[in-house]
Amino acid sequence: MLRIFGKIQRIGIVTEPVPRLDEPALTEIGAQLKAGIGAQFGGSLAIREVDAGSCNGCELEIHALNNPYYGIERFGVHFVASPRHADMLLVTGPVSRHMEAALRRTYDATPEPRLVIAVGACGADGGEFGTSYASCGAVSNVIPVDAVILGCPPTPLDLMRGILEAIGRKT
Amino acid sequence: MTPQDQFTPFLVRLAQAGLRVEEQASAGLAPAQLILVQSEDWSRLGIEARAWGCRWVAGWGEDRGETTRINACFEKAGAYLVARTAVPRAAPVLSSHTASFPGADRPERHIRDMLGVVFSGHPDARRWTRHQAWKDSEFPLRRDFPAAGRPQAQTPSDHQYSFLLAQGSGVYEIPVGPVHAGIIEPGHFRFQAVGETVLKLEERLGYTHKGIEKIAEGRDAEGLARLAGRVSGDSTVAHAWAACMAMEKAVGLVVPPRALWLRALMCERERVANHVGDIGAMLNDIAFAFGFYQFARLREEWQRVSREAFGHRFMMDCIVPGGVAADLDERFIAAMRNEVGALRKQIVKLMSIINDLPSVADRVRGTGVLKPEYAKALGCVGYVGRASGTDIDVRRDAPYPPYDQLTVKVPLHHYGDVNARARTRLEETAASFDLIEGLLAGLPAGAICARWTPPAADAEGLGLIEGWRGEILSFVRFGADGRIARFFPRDPSWTTWPALELLIHDNIVPDFPVCNKSVNGSYSGHDL
Repeated sequence: MLRIFGKIQRIGIVTEPVPRLDEPALTEIGAQLKAGIGAQFGGSLAIREVDAGSCNGCELEIHALNNPYYGIERFGVHFVASPRHADMLLVTGPVSRHMEAALRRTYDATPEPRLVIAVGACGADGGEFGTSYASCGAVSNVIPVDAVILGCPPTPLDLMRGILEAIGRKT
Repeated sequence: MTPQDQFTPFLVRLAQAGLRVEEQASAGLAPAQLILVQSEDWSRLGIEARAWGCRWVAGWGEDRGETTRINACFEKAGAYLVARTAVPRAAPVLSSHTASFPGADRPERHIRDMLGVVFSGHPDARRWTRHQAWKDSEFPLRRDFPAAGRPQAQTPSDHQYSFLLAQGSGVYEIPVGPVHAGIIEPGHFRFQAVGETVLKLEERLGYTHKGIEKIAEGRDAEGLARLAGRVSGDSTVAHAWAACMAMEKAVGLVVPPRALWLRALMCERERVANHVGDIGAMLNDIAFAFGFYQFARLREEWQRVSREAFGHRFMMDCIVPGGVAADLDERFIAAMRNEVGALRKQIVKLMSIINDLPSVADRVRGTGVLKPEYAKALGCVGYVGRASGTDIDVRRDAPYPPYDQLTVKVPLHHYGDVNARARTRLEETAASFDLIEGLLAGLPAGAICARWTPPAADAEGLGLIEGWRGEILSFVRFGADGRIARFFPRDPSWTTWPALELLIHDNIVPDFPVCNKSVNGSYSGHDL
């Protein structure tokens, strides 16, 4: 146990503004996000992530939001296990026809008012997979969408920015 | 004896057994050897291949108009053999290989759903890839089936699939998915349990079926590389490499050495990123948050360097037909060497802490045991196989450049529990560090991409790559117009998903997440 504390002490807090890669400071986006969530969601935004047929690339980056560098929970955002607990659906695509019914049901199970964000190039318009016998393409072809986050996959910062914009649009 | 000669005595044996087998030259399939087999002899081929100690690697079909062609790929001691037969499209019936090779079960059902070939003697008549997006009388990979399909306004759910039932007092059923509690891909798991103990698990996959094989048709080489890079997003480098290797072999294109070394560098970086992230995720699944956050931190730092060096956190679209899309700046050679040195030390330190904790050992030791005989029977590749004594690594056994010039250490364990899979992955990470150092030290100078040459009509190629999950097979055929006529990527997950059903047996339901994570099959790579 002492060694665990020692390690934690030595590593310190890595969560910080990200100065590299010419990205705007993470804390700045985070502060806006927190203010928006504070004003509109009582300080807590619950997100249900739905993979509706993605290649898993978007999921890896959504995962990264929870790593110590981005630590999205500190801004009041947390991922929940059920759509019934969610304020927002973060849906990656393309929506496969085999996931179409499950996505509709997940949407119906989410209490109103609800926000839906289509994530990634495939969620936006079908991306590399388009529309076919197996794919419905864009998320908006299946359920109403409030905002889109582009990228293949979108980086964690893109995702944070996109969530912020979606909240802003709701007012 | 060269690896190719491995199969010479086998072919003699087949002839002696009365099978009509004809060898055919196919430069694009090399180093695999191609044989043509009469369809009546297909079942006996399977029996003989099993008796010879072959592994069943993959099976795929092609609509050739009047006939439907079926291929099965076998491997032994690093040598590959593609057996090919044809059945008339009007009466597409062929013997199943499943009785000889249990790993052929789902692939044969996939071929039936997609091409309409009926495998006689197959033990499971249920559909596999098909849910309700197309009718049972329609077969998407037939040429007369339009890629757009004939979809209904709304696709109904597939709630009538008949799961096998366990009965008895106290037996209850837990349906899970396709929308899971965590941030993971969709699939359905049907547990039969007594108390907390799992009697039986049945998987139902196919939810992320995106028609990859069909929409590949008609693409140019670059378009196929992009699509291959999205077969499974976590293996974008490995799948893109396998598809490009297949296309390059089909046209006989020589890829510049520097490009091959950079591809390997990317592939090893992808391996490290996934292994490091997943070891953290396994620790998360046993509620050891410290380990999860430490390894998530290391993965993030690693991905940032990938982005700086190659322009993308997953190095997506960095491998293109003929080479790579971006060169590596000289300054990253020293930077990556330092990065590897630092990460190696960090992992050793972290593991010395984690290894000290009896609470971690208690959750992973003896949990989710995949017996070596099961791993062998299913043909499990990658770390799932290697943690259960199946010693296969394409980089060592059928080395493709640049691995033919490097020493690949392949860790092997035999106990097959979650602990063994985690250890295998840790040791593979260390082996990748050595490879990355070797690749950085020996990186040749020169061009990074060869000019693409148009393929001959009907040219075919086979790519074999050791991705982080294990052996990836990628088959490509070009049509008369120089565009893709057939693309079949076999993700290693096909071989490991069935293993999960076996290794969870007699474990408790709460250990399912860590068992599942320790295997980490790709849904997207499997569903296609």
